[in-house]
Amino acid sequence: MDLTELLKIANAERNKQKSIRVHCCTSTGCQAANSLSVKNNLATAVKESGLSDRVEVVGVGCMGFCGRGPLVQIDPEDTLYEEVTPEDAPSIIDALNGGVVKPIQGDSQHPFFARQMRIVRQNTGKVDPESIEEYIAVGGYQSLYKAIYDLTPTEIVQEISKSGLRGRGGGGYPTGLKWATVAKMAGEQKYVICNGDEGDPGAFMDRSVLESDPHLVLEGMAIAGYAVGANHGYIYVRAEYPLAIQRLQKAIQQAKRYGILGSQIFESPFDFKIDIRIGAGAFVCGEETALIQSIEGKRGNPVPRPPYPAESGLWKWPTLINNVETLANIAAIIREGADWYSSIGTENSKGTKIFALTGKIRNNGLIEVPMGISLREIVEEMGGGVPEGEIKAVQTGGPSGGCIPASMLDIPVDYDSLSKIGSMMGSGGMVVMDRATSMVEVAQFYMEFCREESCGKCVPCRAGTVQLDALLTKIVNKKATMDDLTKLEALCQMVKDTSLCGLGITAPNPVLSTLRYFKEEYLELIQANNLDVSLTS
Amino acid sequence: MSVRTLTINNIPVAIEEGATILEAAKEAGVTIPTLCHLEGVSDVGACRLCLVEVENINKLLPACVTQVTEEMVVHTNTPKLQEYRRMAVELIFAEGNHVCAICVANGNCELQDAAIQVGMDHTRFPYRFPDRHVDVSHSQFGIDHNRCILCTRCIRVCNEIEGAHVWDVAQRGENCYIASGLSQPWGEVEACTSCGKCVDACPTGAIFRKGTTSAEKQRDRAKLEFVVNAREKQEWTR
Ligand SMILES: Cc1cc2nc3c(=O)[nH]c(=O)nc-3n(C[C@H](O)[C@H](O)[C@H](O)COP(=O)(O)O)c2cc1C
Ligand code: SF4
Ligand code: FES
Repeated sequence: MDLTELLKIANAERNKQKSIRVHCCTSTGCQAANSLSVKNNLATAVKESGLSDRVEVVGVGCMGFCGRGPLVQIDPEDTLYEEVTPEDAPSIIDALNGGVVKPIQGDSQHPFFARQMRIVRQNTGKVDPESIEEYIAVGGYQSLYKAIYDLTPTEIVQEISKSGLRGRGGGGYPTGLKWATVAKMAGEQKYVICNGDEGDPGAFMDRSVLESDPHLVLEGMAIAGYAVGANHGYIYVRAEYPLAIQRLQKAIQQAKRYGILGSQIFESPFDFKIDIRIGAGAFVCGEETALIQSIEGKRGNPVPRPPYPAESGLWKWPTLINNVETLANIAAIIREGADWYSSIGTENSKGTKIFALTGKIRNNGLIEVPMGISLREIVEEMGGGVPEGEIKAVQTGGPSGGCIPASMLDIPVDYDSLSKIGSMMGSGGMVVMDRATSMVEVAQFYMEFCREESCGKCVPCRAGTVQLDALLTKIVNKKATMDDLTKLEALCQMVKDTSLCGLGITAPNPVLSTLRYFKEEYLELIQANNLDVSLTS
Repeated sequence: MSVRTLTINNIPVAIEEGATILEAAKEAGVTIPTLCHLEGVSDVGACRLCLVEVENINKLLPACVTQVTEEMVVHTNTPKLQEYRRMAVELIFAEGNHVCAICVANGNCELQDAAIQVGMDHTRFPYRFPDRHVDVSHSQFGIDHNRCILCTRCIRVCNEIEGAHVWDVAQRGENCYIASGLSQPWGEVEACTSCGKCVDACPTGAIFRKGTTSAEKQRDRAKLEFVVNAREKQEWTR
């Protein structure tokens, strides 16, 4: 396979595609809402209406508006249908022939779509994730070709550094710096790991990327491998993501068949193979050192850093570990250049970020927005605000993050602004809460999660989260005293400062941030207890 | 051999490159409380008692796994560290069922020692009273999970020195326990050589020799060092 052949496949595929494409989402969310039957009925309707010469039905990845699935979108006219049932299929196809438009039509110009900026999700919802040819038809694997033939590994690392890309897995570590470190390490063997563990409750960004555009991630990994000098990559995906695993397997096979993965990629001396490792769904296995233990077949316990994986990772070899979304940005940066990428976003947070917008909000789903957009734009304009009443807070960063009060909705969404106010970007969960939500209960929910997900290795997290959960439960049940609040604050600080890994270190964040902005709710619950005590004694 | 110089609680120390802060502290005559650390086996940094403050580093570092660097300024006993250590020991006591009066290790227990060292006379956290088991299926030894603090020293000593790997951790979080074999009764684990190293490694009375009663547990800690020296330095006499 060389560039001419790659372009030939792209052309052949484009010529093969019909002028009207009916895109039907076949990702997990829409599949659960019966989208496979919708797709079958659409295909039958096309056949029966005699439109087969110009219309085709294509199963595509997630379009983002998951709360209104199954979604069907018509290209190129960009009509969107929401909550489509299999029975609606004939009339949707009929409409292409001048028939009556169905009431289920959605608004593809809604701010939910219009305010998005798609880099990672560029092909998502447009290409069939199970077809490498469709990916190649939209320019896929040309960045990898460019990386191998037009750039040196050092130039690639420089380009990624210059782009300002930071890790999307939670920490926000500069990606270029990480690549440079691994590239500089001596070692006859190096590895690239793609972290697709995604254990935060409510988060499904990475799943959607893997299900909707698996080749984009593979291409990012291969470029990373070339840049750091690795010839072997692992994708770690949780077992709860069977569709993502199945599509990745298929994608890897297809790429191997074309000589885009495996030995002598694009007939160059560069070899790169990718294997999938399936995790059993422990949150802590998303932590890089635990993930590496897990790939090695050991118990998924974190180990102290240093040494960092970049120096001593998988089987003690230098290892680059990046999040799915981080790697899904790479092909675009190589294609469009670092200057283009760094023109998007804020000073220290470049590019876009995908968020899973959920909770008490009208428009649930996945959005990709430029960094620096205000939280208010996301929640009120794109999300359409809360269905009833007012917004009280927005939780970002999952169990490691914090709650942002409604009064602070105007802050820009970027790494530094969020951490400055005691929350964090995290992997991209965004849960909207209305006035009826008890913030203490929210804090307790996340603490319970951390308690259940603690690996149990270190004392502060194993025993501390248990006591923190008990204290919060006591407060929620109106059984606590001021003394308990003092204990809660002291223990939060201790668990944060002394835990071994990020799970324990960040576990107190939801409590600390609600104590910071909603302390009166804690005090009210404690006063309610005092009233009871004085009544009974 | 390259040497690093640093200060620990204002005491200057010189020690070879690659040494840990814990080793340097020993050299300087400074005691840092530890529980999961055991001479002769690898360190895991799990109990967090050995955390120290290092100037210009904004997080606490575990002395047992942190290598010294040139001109490092270490403080091992600041009020913050004292408070955190005390709290950690309180958490451990509240987590298990530690009844010293009826324990084989009473008076010879590293958890008791740690409590005294950090000045813990009661725990501010409610006891969890977990439902744990005692396994006396082995002909010579027993394990009382009520007294286990999950330091994993038995696992490491069995794995790294004896090479039998009888022990491992099962479950996660608060439900963790030390499992023998494939989570079988200890007496049924064929890999066990009955060497007794785990009895010597255990800091509390969790693993004990059958027939010992309250306050009778004795440890032969020197035996571990002897075995390691014998292997590594070919010193076969004690
Ligand atoms: C408890 C815990 C869970 C984590 N889970 C994930 C995860 O699911 N996915 C992920 O990419 N990173 C996760 N991380 C962060 C990883 O340790 C690591 O920093 C990340 O994969 C690096 O990739 P990046 O630089 O591209 O962000 C987690 C960290 C912690 C402490
Ligand atoms: S902080 Fe929690 S999850 Fe991390 S090593 Fe300690 S016990 Fe395990
Ligand atoms: S002795 Fe260092 S963490 Fe336990």
